[in-house]
Amino acid sequence: MEKQPIVEIKNLYKSYRRAGQEIPVLQDINLDIAESEFLALMGPSGSGKSTLLNLIAGIDKADSGLIKVVGTDITSLSETELAHWRATNVGFIFQFYNLIPVLTAFENVELPLLLTGLSGKERRGHVETAMSVVNLSDRMDHYPGQLSGGQQQRVAIARAVVTDPTIIVADEPTGDLDRVSAEDILELMERLVHELGKTIVMVTHDPRAAGKAHIIRNLDKGVLNAYPQTHI
Amino acid sequence: MHILKLIFKNAFRHKLRTFLTIAGITIAILAFGLLRTVINAWYAGVEASAANRLVTRNSISLIFPLPISYKDKIRQIEGVTNVSYGNWFGGIYIDEKNFFANFAVEPESYLKLYPEYVLPPDQKAAFLRDRKGFFAGRKLAEKYKWKLGDTVVLKGTIFPGEWDFVLRAIYKGRDKNIDETQFIFHWDYLNETMKKTAPLRADQVGFYMISVKDPALAADVSVAVDKTFKNSLAETLTETEKAFQMGFISMSEAIVVAIRMVSFVVIIIIMAVMANTMAMSTRERFAEYAVLKTLGFGGTYIAGLIFGESLFITTAGCVTGTILTFPAAKAFGDAMSQFFPIFNVSVNTIYMDAAASVVVGVVSAIIPAYRAVSIRIADGLRRIG
Ligand SMILES: Nc1ncnc2c1ncn2[C@@H]1O[C@H](COP(=O)(O)OP(=O)(O)OP(=O)(O)O)[C@@H](O)[C@H]1O
Ligand SMILES: [Mg+2]
Repeated sequence: MEKQPIVEIKNLYKSYRRAGQEIPVLQDINLDIAESEFLALMGPSGSGKSTLLNLIAGIDKADSGLIKVVGTDITSLSETELAHWRATNVGFIFQFYNLIPVLTAFENVELPLLLTGLSGKERRGHVETAMSVVNLSDRMDHYPGQLSGGQQQRVAIARAVVTDPTIIVADEPTGDLDRVSAEDILELMERLVHELGKTIVMVTHDPRAAGKAHIIRNLDKGVLNAYPQTHI
Repeated sequence: MHILKLIFKNAFRHKLRTFLTIAGITIAILAFGLLRTVINAWYAGVEASAANRLVTRNSISLIFPLPISYKDKIRQIEGVTNVSYGNWFGGIYIDEKNFFANFAVEPESYLKLYPEYVLPPDQKAAFLRDRKGFFAGRKLAEKYKWKLGDTVVLKGTIFPGEWDFVLRAIYKGRDKNIDETQFIFHWDYLNETMKKTAPLRADQVGFYMISVKDPALAADVSVAVDKTFKNSLAETLTETEKAFQMGFISMSEAIVVAIRMVSFVVIIIIMAVMANTMAMSTRERFAEYAVLKTLGFGGTYIAGLIFGESLFITTAGCVTGTILTFPAAKAFGDAMSQFFPIFNVSVNTIYMDAAASVVVGVVSAIIPAYRAVSIRIADGLRRIG
């Protein structure tokens, strides 16, 4: 049975203007991602991977085309509506973890919950659950500076899942990690897909990381090629 | 609640930078407060003047006298309730350095006209009884350690000779802004001595002090007084006490303007320092602001973080600076008491301190907040590493 796509992209164009010149970055992208799919985006540097990921996650605006995520055409949302939409539907994992250094692991994970109407007690419950998913229950009160890179990325993953979003976007989540830590993170991401049913879109340069994904798509000079959908 | 915690933690990320900035604001607010207090001290005489009192002097200049005979004519003018008179004595106590105001006045009417000088009744009676008696302000008596009954000798400058006086009373100011460094004695003592030594200068007064029934009558009475003595040998100029006091200050108005300008320059300098601190701090955190936005936090939250941090730092500096202004003003006022008999930090100065720190805090945060709020998330995230 064919699954309903959770991400639906049609005829997507994006360009940047630099020194008065239009530079096309994404050209006529068409992409469907099914629910509980783990998709890896690969391609050379500058091919537009991050740009595409940002568009899917609603932190950038397309020039034209349709981006439907979890049933919403996000190209039609205003800035404020987008912010609200992101807070409830998308979890973010970045290459450099991007934790707030003056907040503890607990407080970092709690951040996205501050935008919900949850009480302090409810927030604590959610944070504790998320921290146990990433196996860092004993590091709640540590500051990012007191954690290893791999641990920081796990805190970032806890922050990404704490609001229980439908889709998680990750831009080179293992790009700054050694192989062992990277394995850890990838395993964790697989678990998010298998156990929690999350949909993950991951940009990566690392073929090993991409190997964990169900599907690998290749971007080259802004064009999503007809790479055979590699179901593993 | 949470945003306050984050503001506080952000403010102390670079402890040294924050500490130095707070120290800078403290010093700026302290300097600002002291300069404002100097300006206030300058106008203390004007501030303390009563709206229902007039001063009449020779229309040519303050140094020309008026005949004592004018007293009764002035008293008859409609609206006048009381008249006193006096001379600036200009005596020197031991050394020219020891400057303080000293006057010869008609004591009974003078004390009625100036209820702000509060004398204990027994001392007042003792002073009125003793022709060579004088009364001095509390601060003046303290400074020279004079006690009741002490003889004090002033060397005359305008009225030559060695003059000895006996301290009979010490007055306190009714309000905080009353000068407590004056030296007042009997005009009769001066006049009788002049009758003997320089008869031509006898029966002359330097100025008349007039009280009117109602401040609203001040203008009419002034005109009436001056009209009365028009075309006489000594024409008069009558003005409100405030205008009279202002006349002394207007000579030094340029200095006041300069001090006022410097006080604002101090604030502008600290604004530049603060703006620099905020620009540095926020520039380092653009990626974090981008992350917060990514998570769904709006521009208001980001701006709140930046304005909050800026205001937190300026408020910390303002509070310490304002607290320090009091001991500093006390020390400064004590050292400069002969120039500034009144040197109090006014409530107004504290408001100005607070206003200055709010302005500095807000202005310093405007550009950093605008940048942080308007940066595109994708660009903000790109700044990492
Ligand atoms: N704000 C911007 N202004 C102008 N050009 C931009 C901007 N952001 C991205 N670009 C350009 O768009 C193209 C795609 O950038 P993008 O970051 O999506 O590449 P990428 O595939 O993620 O590369 P990498 O693997 O190095 O991260 C690049 O040529 C880049 O220079
Ligand atoms: Mg990229």
